Amino acid sequence: MKAIKEKHPLVIRWAHWINFPVLTIMIWSGMLIYWADDEYSIKLFGHTFFHFFPDGFYNFFGIPSRLAEGMAFHFLFMWFFTLNGFFYVLYTIVSGAWRELLPNRHSFKEAWLVLLHDLHIRRTIPPQNKYNAAQRIAYSFIILMGIGSVATGLAIYKPVQFYWLTWLCGGYHFARILHFALTIGYVLFFIIHLIQVMLAGWDNFRSVVAGFEVKKVEPSPVMIDLPDSEISPLPDGPETEMKSI
Amino acid sequence: MKQPVNKKQRKELTVQQKINRRSFISFAALIGLYAAGYEAWRWLYKSPEETADITGGVQKPLRRALNQNELAFRKTFSNDHLVKTYPKSMAAQNVRVNSKIGIDDDDFNPESWMLIINKNDGGQLKLSLKDIKALPKTEIVYDFKCVEGWDQIQYWGGVSFRDFIAHYQLEDETKLNYVGFATPDEGYYVGIDMPSAMHPQTILAYEVNNRSLPMEHGYPLRLIIPVKYGIKNLKRIGTMSFNNERPPDYWAEQGYDYYSGL
Repeated sequence: MKAIKEKHPLVIRWAHWINFPVLTIMIWSGMLIYWADDEYSIKLFGHTFFHFFPDGFYNFFGIPSRLAEGMAFHFLFMWFFTLNGFFYVLYTIVSGAWRELLPNRHSFKEAWLVLLHDLHIRRTIPPQNKYNAAQRIAYSFIILMGIGSVATGLAIYKPVQFYWLTWLCGGYHFARILHFALTIGYVLFFIIHLIQVMLAGWDNFRSVVAGFEVKKVEPSPVMIDLPDSEISPLPDGPETEMKSI
Repeated sequence: MKQPVNKKQRKELTVQQKINRRSFISFAALIGLYAAGYEAWRWLYKSPEETADITGGVQKPLRRALNQNELAFRKTFSNDHLVKTYPKSMAAQNVRVNSKIGIDDDDFNPESWMLIINKNDGGQLKLSLKDIKALPKTEIVYDFKCVEGWDQIQYWGGVSFRDFIAHYQLEDETKLNYVGFATPDEGYYVGIDMPSAMHPQTILAYEVNNRSLPMEHGYPLRLIIPVKYGIKNLKRIGTMSFNNERPPDYWAEQGYDYYSGL
Protein backbone atom coordinates (compact mmCIF):
# COMPACT_ATOMS: atom_id res chain seq x y z
CA MET A 1 0.00 0.00 0.00
CA LYS A 2 1.18 3.49 -0.78
CA ALA A 3 1.15 6.55 1.44
CA ILE A 4 1.95 10.18 0.79
CA LYS A 5 4.71 11.62 2.90
CA GLU A 6 5.20 15.38 2.77
CA LYS A 7 8.78 16.36 2.03
CA HIS A 8 9.65 19.76 0.50
CA PRO A 9 7.60 22.89 1.31
CA LEU A 10 6.38 25.01 -1.60
CA VAL A 11 8.71 27.96 -0.91
CA ILE A 12 11.79 25.77 -0.98
CA ARG A 13 10.70 24.08 -4.20
CA TRP A 14 10.04 27.40 -5.96
CA ALA A 15 13.22 29.01 -4.71
CA HIS A 16 15.06 25.99 -6.10
CA TRP A 17 13.44 26.14 -9.53
CA ILE A 18 13.72 29.91 -9.82
CA ASN A 19 17.37 29.75 -8.86
CA PHE A 20 18.23 27.33 -11.64
CA PRO A 21 17.54 29.59 -14.66
CA VAL A 22 18.62 32.74 -12.81
CA LEU A 23 21.98 31.21 -11.89
CA THR A 24 22.34 29.97 -15.45
CA ILE A 25 21.89 33.53 -16.74
CA MET A 26 24.32 34.83 -14.11
CA ILE A 27 26.97 32.32 -15.19
CA TRP A 28 26.38 33.04 -18.89
CA SER A 29 26.53 36.82 -18.46
CA GLY A 30 29.49 36.37 -16.12
CA MET A 31 31.29 34.57 -18.94
CA LEU A 32 30.58 37.52 -21.24
CA ILE A 33 32.32 39.72 -18.66
CA TYR A 34 35.18 37.39 -17.82
CA TRP A 35 36.07 36.96 -21.48
CA ALA A 36 37.31 40.58 -21.66
CA ASP A 37 40.20 39.74 -19.33
CA ASP A 38 40.49 35.96 -19.19
CA GLU A 39 43.68 35.75 -17.22
CA TYR A 40 43.01 32.74 -15.01
CA SER A 41 44.63 29.38 -15.44
CA ILE A 42 45.71 26.46 -13.34
CA LYS A 43 49.48 26.54 -13.05
CA LEU A 44 51.75 24.27 -11.12
CA PHE A 45 55.54 24.67 -11.06
CA GLY A 46 55.38 27.04 -14.01
CA HIS A 47 53.43 24.65 -16.19
CA THR A 48 49.97 25.71 -17.33
CA PHE A 49 47.58 22.80 -17.05
CA PHE A 50 44.40 24.55 -18.05
CA HIS A 51 43.58 28.04 -19.23
CA PHE A 52 40.14 29.47 -18.50
CA PHE A 53 39.09 29.23 -21.23
CA PRO A 54 40.34 27.68 -24.47
CA ASP A 55 39.24 29.39 -27.70
CA GLY A 56 37.03 26.47 -28.62
CA PHE A 57 35.02 27.02 -25.46
CA TYR A 58 34.30 30.65 -26.31
CA ASN A 59 33.46 29.83 -29.90
CA PHE A 60 31.12 27.05 -28.84
CA PHE A 61 29.16 29.33 -26.54
CA GLY A 62 29.43 32.36 -28.85
CA ILE A 63 30.97 34.52 -26.15
CA PRO A 64 33.58 36.96 -27.54
CA SER A 65 33.13 40.75 -27.75
CA ARG A 66 30.06 41.09 -25.60
CA LEU A 67 31.35 42.67 -22.38
CA ALA A 68 28.76 45.48 -22.34
CA GLU A 69 25.91 43.05 -22.92
CA GLY A 70 27.22 40.75 -20.22
CA MET A 71 27.41 43.56 -17.67
CA ALA A 72 23.91 44.79 -18.50
CA PHE A 73 22.41 41.32 -17.94
CA HIS A 74 24.61 40.51 -14.94
CA PHE A 75 23.68 43.70 -13.09
CA LEU A 76 19.97 43.13 -13.62
CA PHE A 77 19.80 39.45 -12.73
CA MET A 78 22.05 39.93 -9.69
CA TRP A 79 18.96 41.32 -7.98
CA PHE A 80 16.87 38.22 -8.73
CA PHE A 81 19.67 35.91 -7.65
CA THR A 82 20.18 37.80 -4.38
CA LEU A 83 16.49 38.25 -3.56
CA ASN A 84 15.65 34.63 -4.31
CA GLY A 85 18.48 33.48 -2.08
CA PHE A 86 17.48 35.94 0.61
CA PHE A 87 13.86 34.70 0.68
CA TYR A 88 15.00 31.09 0.69
CA VAL A 89 17.23 31.64 3.71
CA LEU A 90 14.57 33.72 5.43
CA TYR A 91 12.02 30.97 4.90
CA THR A 92 14.27 28.24 6.25
CA ILE A 93 14.83 30.34 9.38
CA VAL A 94 11.20 31.29 9.96
CA SER A 95 9.75 27.86 9.18
CA GLY A 96 12.37 25.99 11.17
CA ALA A 97 13.41 24.09 8.05
CA TRP A 98 16.99 24.99 8.93
CA ARG A 99 16.89 22.21 11.53
CA GLU A 100 16.77 19.66 8.73
CA LEU A 101 19.30 21.53 6.61
CA LEU A 102 22.17 22.62 8.82
CA PRO A 103 24.79 20.03 9.63
CA ASN A 104 24.75 18.91 13.24
CA ARG A 105 27.48 17.41 15.38
CA HIS A 106 27.06 13.97 13.80
CA SER A 107 26.93 15.17 10.23
CA PHE A 108 30.59 15.30 9.39
CA LYS A 109 31.22 11.73 10.53
CA GLU A 110 28.02 10.48 8.96
CA ALA A 111 28.66 12.26 5.67
CA TRP A 112 31.76 10.13 5.30
CA LEU A 113 29.68 6.98 5.74
CA VAL A 114 27.14 8.30 3.21
CA LEU A 115 29.93 8.95 0.73
CA LEU A 116 31.30 5.42 1.19
CA HIS A 117 27.80 4.07 0.72
CA ASP A 118 27.20 6.13 -2.43
CA LEU A 119 30.48 4.90 -3.85
CA HIS A 120 29.37 1.30 -3.14
CA ILE A 121 32.18 0.74 -0.67
CA ARG A 122 29.95 0.41 2.36
CA ARG A 123 26.71 -1.51 2.38
CA THR A 124 24.82 0.19 5.16
CA ILE A 125 23.91 3.81 5.51
CA PRO A 126 23.27 5.73 8.72
CA PRO A 127 19.59 6.34 9.52
CA GLN A 128 18.33 9.16 7.33
CA ASN A 129 16.08 12.09 7.99
CA LYS A 130 14.83 14.33 5.20
CA TYR A 131 18.38 15.13 4.25
CA ASN A 132 21.28 12.83 4.90
CA ALA A 133 24.45 14.15 6.45
CA ALA A 134 26.19 14.65 3.11
CA GLN A 135 23.20 16.58 1.81
CA ARG A 136 23.08 18.74 4.91
CA ILE A 137 26.69 19.71 4.36
CA ALA A 138 26.29 20.20 0.61
CA TYR A 139 23.07 22.21 0.83
CA SER A 140 24.41 24.42 3.60
CA PHE A 141 27.71 24.92 1.83
CA ILE A 142 26.01 25.93 -1.41
CA ILE A 143 24.17 28.67 0.52
CA LEU A 144 27.50 29.88 1.89
CA MET A 145 28.78 29.88 -1.67
CA GLY A 146 25.78 31.95 -2.76
CA ILE A 147 26.43 34.46 0.01
CA GLY A 148 30.07 34.42 -1.05
CA SER A 149 29.14 35.17 -4.65
CA VAL A 150 27.00 38.13 -3.63
CA ALA A 151 29.69 39.43 -1.27
CA THR A 152 32.62 39.04 -3.68
CA GLY A 153 30.42 40.34 -6.48
CA LEU A 154 29.60 43.50 -4.57
CA ALA A 155 33.25 43.79 -3.57
CA ILE A 156 34.35 43.97 -7.21
CA TYR A 157 31.26 45.90 -8.38
CA LYS A 158 31.72 48.80 -5.95
CA PRO A 159 35.20 48.36 -4.46
CA VAL A 160 35.41 51.98 -3.32
CA GLN A 161 31.99 52.43 -1.72
CA PHE A 162 32.17 48.95 -0.14
CA TYR A 163 35.89 49.11 0.57
CA TRP A 164 35.43 47.22 3.85
CA LEU A 165 33.80 44.35 2.00
CA THR A 166 36.56 44.34 -0.61
CA TRP A 167 39.04 44.23 2.25
CA LEU A 168 37.14 41.34 3.87
CA CYS A 169 37.26 39.46 0.56
CA GLY A 170 41.03 39.81 0.47
CA GLY A 171 41.23 42.80 -1.85
CA TYR A 172 39.92 43.57 -5.32
CA HIS A 173 42.13 41.14 -7.13
CA PHE A 174 41.49 38.22 -4.81
CA ALA A 175 37.75 38.94 -4.64
CA ARG A 176 37.57 38.61 -8.43
CA ILE A 177 39.38 35.26 -8.25
CA LEU A 178 37.00 34.06 -5.53
CA HIS A 179 34.00 35.22 -7.53
CA PHE A 180 35.26 33.23 -10.50
CA ALA A 181 36.16 30.16 -8.43
CA LEU A 182 32.70 30.09 -6.84
CA THR A 183 31.18 30.00 -10.30
CA ILE A 184 33.33 27.00 -11.21
CA GLY A 185 32.11 25.54 -7.91
CA TYR A 186 28.47 25.89 -8.99
CA VAL A 187 29.15 24.08 -12.23
CA LEU A 188 30.83 21.20 -10.39
CA PHE A 189 28.02 21.15 -7.82
CA PHE A 190 25.48 21.06 -10.63
CA ILE A 191 27.14 18.08 -12.32
CA ILE A 192 27.28 16.05 -9.09
CA HIS A 193 23.78 17.18 -8.15
CA LEU A 194 22.43 16.02 -11.50
CA ILE A 195 24.10 12.62 -11.21
CA GLN A 196 22.76 12.17 -7.67
CA VAL A 197 19.25 13.15 -8.73
CA MET A 198 19.33 10.67 -11.59
CA LEU A 199 20.58 7.91 -9.30
CA ALA A 200 18.01 8.74 -6.62
CA GLY A 201 15.20 8.16 -9.07
CA TRP A 202 11.77 9.45 -9.92
CA ASP A 203 10.20 9.58 -6.46
CA ASN A 204 12.97 11.87 -5.22
CA PHE A 205 12.75 14.10 -8.29
CA ARG A 206 9.00 14.39 -8.01
CA SER A 207 9.34 15.45 -4.37
CA VAL A 208 11.25 18.57 -5.46
CA VAL A 209 8.45 19.43 -7.88
CA ALA A 210 5.31 18.21 -6.07
CA GLY A 211 6.57 18.28 -2.51
CA PHE A 212 5.79 14.72 -1.42
CA GLU A 213 7.28 11.28 -1.51
CA VAL A 214 5.38 8.05 -1.89
CA LYS A 215 6.18 5.50 0.76
CA LYS A 216 5.32 1.87 0.62
CA VAL A 217 3.73 0.90 3.91
CA GLU A 218 3.14 -2.58 5.23
CA PRO A 219 -0.56 -3.27 5.31
CA SER A 220 -1.84 -3.28 8.87
CA PRO A 221 -2.56 -6.73 10.30
CA VAL A 222 -6.12 -7.68 9.71
CA MET A 223 -8.13 -7.38 12.89
CA ILE A 224 -11.57 -8.52 12.03
CA ASP A 225 -13.03 -8.00 15.47
CA LEU A 226 -12.37 -4.31 15.60
CA PRO A 227 -14.47 -1.62 13.97
CA ASP A 228 -12.79 0.25 11.08
CA SER A 229 -12.31 3.42 13.05
CA GLU A 230 -9.80 1.77 15.31
CA ILE A 231 -7.49 0.62 12.60
CA SER A 232 -4.40 2.68 12.92
CA PRO A 233 -4.10 5.09 10.01
CA LEU A 234 -0.46 5.68 10.81
CA PRO A 235 2.01 4.21 8.40
CA ASP A 236 4.04 1.63 10.24
CA GLY A 237 7.34 0.28 9.28
CA PRO A 238 10.93 1.23 9.62
CA GLU A 239 10.52 4.89 8.55
CA THR A 240 8.63 5.80 11.67
CA GLU A 241 11.46 4.89 13.94
CA MET A 242 14.01 6.73 11.93
CA LYS A 243 11.97 9.86 11.91
CA SER A 244 12.54 10.44 15.57
CA ILE A 245 14.96 13.30 16.00
CA MET B 1 -9.17 0.12 -0.24
CA LYS B 2 -11.66 -2.31 1.11
CA GLN B 3 -13.29 -0.04 3.60
CA PRO B 4 -17.00 0.35 3.05
CA VAL B 5 -17.83 3.65 1.39
CA ASN B 6 -20.27 5.85 3.16
CA LYS B 7 -22.55 6.92 0.37
CA LYS B 8 -23.61 10.16 2.05
CA GLN B 9 -20.08 11.52 1.95
CA ARG B 10 -18.21 12.47 -1.20
CA LYS B 11 -16.14 9.64 -2.37
CA GLU B 12 -12.67 10.04 -0.92
CA LEU B 13 -9.78 10.00 -3.32
CA THR B 14 -7.58 6.99 -3.20
CA VAL B 15 -3.94 7.54 -2.37
CA GLN B 16 -3.04 6.87 -5.98
CA GLN B 17 -5.53 9.47 -7.16
CA LYS B 18 -4.10 12.00 -4.72
CA ILE B 19 -0.61 11.25 -5.95
CA ASN B 20 -1.66 11.69 -9.56
CA ARG B 21 -3.61 14.86 -8.93
CA ARG B 22 -0.89 16.57 -6.91
CA SER B 23 1.81 15.50 -9.33
CA PHE B 24 -0.19 16.81 -12.27
CA ILE B 25 -0.84 20.20 -10.64
CA SER B 26 2.77 20.61 -9.54
CA PHE B 27 4.34 19.65 -12.84
CA ALA B 28 1.85 21.81 -14.72
CA ALA B 29 2.73 24.73 -12.43
CA LEU B 30 6.45 24.18 -12.97
CA ILE B 31 6.05 23.94 -16.73
CA GLY B 32 3.86 27.07 -16.59
CA LEU B 33 6.50 28.89 -14.55
CA TYR B 34 9.22 27.94 -17.00
CA ALA B 35 7.09 28.81 -20.03
CA ALA B 36 6.38 32.23 -18.52
CA GLY B 37 10.05 32.62 -17.61
CA TYR B 38 11.09 31.70 -21.12
CA GLU B 39 8.65 34.20 -22.62
CA ALA B 40 9.90 36.91 -20.23
CA TRP B 41 13.48 36.09 -21.21
CA ARG B 42 12.66 36.26 -24.92
CA TRP B 43 10.86 39.55 -24.39
CA LEU B 44 13.92 40.96 -22.63
CA TYR B 45 16.49 39.54 -25.02
CA LYS B 46 14.58 40.63 -28.12
CA SER B 47 13.55 44.01 -26.75
CA PRO B 48 14.36 46.80 -29.17
CA GLU B 49 17.61 48.58 -28.59
CA GLU B 50 17.36 52.03 -27.04
CA THR B 51 17.39 54.93 -29.47
CA ALA B 52 21.00 55.91 -29.96
CA ASP B 53 21.54 59.13 -28.02
CA ILE B 54 23.64 59.89 -24.95
CA THR B 55 23.44 56.21 -24.18
CA GLY B 56 22.94 53.46 -26.71
CA GLY B 57 23.72 49.94 -27.76
CA VAL B 58 21.70 47.92 -25.30
CA GLN B 59 18.11 46.72 -24.95
CA LYS B 60 15.80 49.36 -23.48
CA PRO B 61 14.85 47.43 -20.31
CA LEU B 62 18.50 46.69 -19.61
CA ARG B 63 19.37 50.38 -19.89
CA ARG B 64 16.57 51.14 -17.45
CA ALA B 65 18.06 48.59 -15.07
CA LEU B 66 21.53 50.13 -15.40
CA ASN B 67 20.11 53.57 -14.66
CA GLN B 68 18.13 52.24 -11.68
CA ASN B 69 21.28 50.58 -10.38
CA GLU B 70 23.00 53.95 -10.62
CA LEU B 71 20.30 55.56 -8.50
CA ALA B 72 20.49 52.78 -5.94
CA PHE B 73 24.27 52.76 -5.65
CA ARG B 74 24.65 56.54 -5.73
CA LYS B 75 23.14 56.40 -2.24
CA THR B 76 26.23 54.53 -1.09
CA PHE B 77 28.58 57.13 -2.57
CA SER B 78 30.49 59.27 -0.10
CA ASN B 79 33.48 61.55 -0.22
CA ASP B 80 34.62 59.73 2.91
CA HIS B 81 34.92 56.50 0.96
CA LEU B 82 38.44 56.79 -0.30
CA VAL B 83 40.20 54.59 -2.79
CA LYS B 84 42.86 52.49 -1.13
CA THR B 85 46.31 53.93 -1.69
CA TYR B 86 49.66 52.14 -1.87
CA PRO B 87 53.31 53.01 -1.32
CA LYS B 88 55.06 54.38 -4.43
CA SER B 89 57.33 51.35 -4.51
CA MET B 90 54.34 49.19 -5.45
CA ALA B 91 53.44 51.25 -8.52
CA ALA B 92 53.83 49.57 -11.92
CA GLN B 93 56.77 50.78 -14.00
CA ASN B 94 55.12 49.81 -17.27
CA VAL B 95 51.81 51.56 -17.01
CA ARG B 96 49.35 49.72 -19.20
CA VAL B 97 48.12 51.45 -22.35
CA ASN B 98 44.79 50.00 -23.35
CA SER B 99 43.45 52.42 -25.93
CA LYS B 100 44.47 55.35 -28.09
CA ILE B 101 41.00 56.45 -29.07
CA GLY B 102 40.96 60.25 -29.12
CA ILE B 103 44.75 60.59 -28.93
CA ASP B 104 45.72 59.06 -32.27
CA ASP B 105 45.45 62.38 -34.08
CA ASP B 106 48.71 62.98 -35.97
CA ASP B 107 47.98 66.70 -36.33
CA PHE B 108 48.01 67.26 -32.60
CA ASN B 109 50.44 70.02 -31.69
CA PRO B 110 51.53 69.83 -28.03
CA GLU B 111 53.00 73.32 -28.24
CA SER B 112 49.69 75.01 -28.94
CA TRP B 113 47.62 72.90 -26.53
CA MET B 114 45.39 74.80 -24.14
CA LEU B 115 42.80 73.48 -21.73
CA ILE B 116 39.51 75.10 -22.68
CA ILE B 117 36.86 75.48 -20.00
CA ASN B 118 33.39 76.39 -21.15
CA LYS B 119 31.85 78.45 -18.38
CA ASN B 120 28.21 78.91 -17.48
CA ASP B 121 28.12 82.51 -18.66
CA GLY B 122 29.19 81.43 -22.14
CA GLY B 123 32.73 82.61 -21.59
CA GLN B 124 35.80 80.44 -21.96
CA LEU B 125 38.82 79.96 -19.81
CA LYS B 126 42.00 78.93 -21.64
CA LEU B 127 44.83 77.53 -19.58
CA SER B 128 48.30 76.37 -20.48
CA LEU B 129 50.07 73.43 -18.87
CA LYS B 130 52.24 75.93 -17.07
CA ASP B 131 49.17 77.56 -15.48
CA ILE B 132 47.97 74.20 -14.26
CA LYS B 133 51.36 73.13 -12.95
CA ALA B 134 51.48 76.33 -10.90
CA LEU B 135 48.72 74.93 -8.67
CA PRO B 136 49.53 72.70 -5.68
CA LYS B 137 50.39 69.18 -6.76
CA THR B 138 48.49 66.13 -5.59
CA GLU B 139 49.78 62.59 -6.02
CA ILE B 140 48.05 59.26 -5.75
CA VAL B 141 49.17 55.64 -5.94
CA TYR B 142 46.11 53.45 -6.32
CA ASP B 143 44.73 50.43 -8.07
CA PHE B 144 43.50 51.57 -11.49
CA LYS B 145 40.57 49.38 -12.55
CA CYS B 146 39.56 48.66 -16.10
CA VAL B 147 36.01 47.69 -16.99
CA GLU B 148 37.51 44.68 -18.77
CA GLY B 149 38.56 43.26 -15.44
CA TRP B 150 42.28 43.98 -15.12
CA ASP B 151 43.71 46.34 -12.53
CA GLN B 152 47.12 47.84 -11.96
CA ILE B 153 48.69 49.89 -9.19
CA GLN B 154 49.68 53.19 -10.76
CA TYR B 155 51.27 56.40 -9.57
CA TRP B 156 49.80 59.64 -10.90
CA GLY B 157 50.46 63.28 -10.13
CA GLY B 158 48.64 66.47 -11.00
CA VAL B 159 46.22 68.96 -9.56
CA SER B 160 43.27 67.81 -7.55
CA PHE B 161 40.03 68.63 -9.37
CA ARG B 162 38.66 70.29 -6.22
CA ASP B 163 41.71 72.55 -5.89
CA PHE B 164 41.43 73.38 -9.57
CA ILE B 165 37.74 74.34 -9.23
CA ALA B 166 38.43 76.44 -6.15
CA HIS B 167 41.39 78.21 -7.71
CA TYR B 168 39.56 79.20 -10.86
CA GLN B 169 36.34 79.96 -8.96
CA LEU B 170 34.21 77.50 -10.85
CA GLU B 171 31.96 76.73 -7.86
CA ASP B 172 28.86 77.88 -9.72
CA GLU B 173 29.65 75.47 -12.53
CA THR B 174 29.95 72.58 -10.09
CA LYS B 175 26.40 73.20 -8.93
CA LEU B 176 25.33 71.60 -12.20
CA ASN B 177 24.86 67.84 -12.32
CA TYR B 178 27.60 66.83 -14.72
CA VAL B 179 30.99 67.75 -16.04
CA GLY B 180 31.96 66.68 -19.54
CA PHE B 181 35.47 66.17 -20.90
CA ALA B 182 36.53 65.76 -24.51
CA THR B 183 39.82 65.21 -26.30
CA PRO B 184 41.07 68.03 -28.59
CA ASP B 185 40.02 66.01 -31.67
CA GLU B 186 36.69 65.14 -29.97
CA GLY B 187 37.35 61.51 -30.75
CA TYR B 188 36.83 60.53 -27.10
CA TYR B 189 34.54 62.11 -24.56
CA VAL B 190 33.17 61.30 -21.12
CA GLY B 191 30.50 62.59 -18.80
CA ILE B 192 31.02 62.50 -15.04
CA ASP B 193 28.40 63.09 -12.38
CA MET B 194 29.45 66.03 -10.23
CA PRO B 195 29.74 64.17 -6.89
CA SER B 196 32.24 61.76 -8.45
CA ALA B 197 34.19 64.57 -10.11
CA MET B 198 34.35 66.44 -6.80
CA HIS B 199 35.54 63.36 -4.94
CA PRO B 200 38.75 64.32 -3.10
CA GLN B 201 40.85 61.83 -5.11
CA THR B 202 39.93 63.09 -8.58
CA ILE B 203 42.98 64.52 -10.32
CA LEU B 204 43.81 66.39 -13.50
CA ALA B 205 47.05 64.51 -14.01
CA TYR B 206 50.15 65.70 -15.85
CA GLU B 207 52.58 63.15 -14.42
CA VAL B 208 52.88 59.40 -14.18
CA ASN B 209 55.63 57.81 -12.10
CA ASN B 210 56.87 61.31 -11.31
CA ARG B 211 57.55 62.07 -14.98
CA SER B 212 55.66 64.09 -17.54
CA LEU B 213 52.85 62.12 -19.20
CA PRO B 214 53.97 60.21 -22.28
CA MET B 215 51.86 60.78 -25.42
CA GLU B 216 50.13 57.40 -25.11
CA HIS B 217 48.97 58.29 -21.61
CA GLY B 218 47.39 61.50 -22.79
CA TYR B 219 50.05 64.23 -22.77
CA PRO B 220 49.76 66.95 -21.58
CA LEU B 221 46.81 66.51 -19.19
CA ARG B 222 44.45 63.67 -18.47
CA LEU B 223 41.71 62.77 -16.05
CA ILE B 224 42.42 60.37 -13.20
CA ILE B 225 39.22 59.55 -11.37
CA PRO B 226 39.69 56.56 -9.05
CA VAL B 227 35.97 56.25 -8.26
CA LYS B 228 35.34 55.30 -11.91
CA TYR B 229 36.42 52.55 -14.27
CA GLY B 230 39.27 53.34 -16.64
CA ILE B 231 36.86 54.16 -19.47
CA LYS B 232 36.02 57.41 -17.69
CA ASN B 233 39.68 58.38 -17.19
CA LEU B 234 39.92 60.41 -20.38
CA LYS B 235 43.35 61.03 -21.86
CA ARG B 236 44.44 64.41 -23.20
CA ILE B 237 41.73 66.77 -22.03
CA GLY B 238 40.85 69.35 -24.67
CA THR B 239 37.68 70.86 -23.30
CA MET B 240 35.84 70.78 -20.04
CA SER B 241 32.16 71.83 -19.83
CA PHE B 242 29.40 71.74 -17.27
CA ASN B 243 25.83 70.66 -17.74
CA ASN B 244 22.69 69.64 -15.92
CA GLU B 245 22.06 66.89 -18.48
CA ARG B 246 24.36 63.98 -19.17
CA PRO B 247 27.16 65.04 -21.52
CA PRO B 248 28.01 62.65 -24.39
CA ASP B 249 29.99 59.61 -23.31
CA TYR B 250 31.95 57.42 -25.70
CA TRP B 251 31.32 54.05 -24.07
CA ALA B 252 27.81 54.77 -22.79
CA GLU B 253 26.87 55.07 -26.45
CA GLN B 254 28.10 51.53 -26.93
CA GLY B 255 26.09 49.72 -24.31
CA TYR B 256 28.13 50.48 -21.19
CA ASP B 257 26.72 51.88 -17.98
CA TYR B 258 26.81 55.68 -17.99
CA TYR B 259 27.70 55.88 -14.31
CA SER B 260 30.44 53.20 -14.31
CA GLY B 261 31.21 54.07 -10.70
CA LEU B 262 33.25 51.99 -8.33
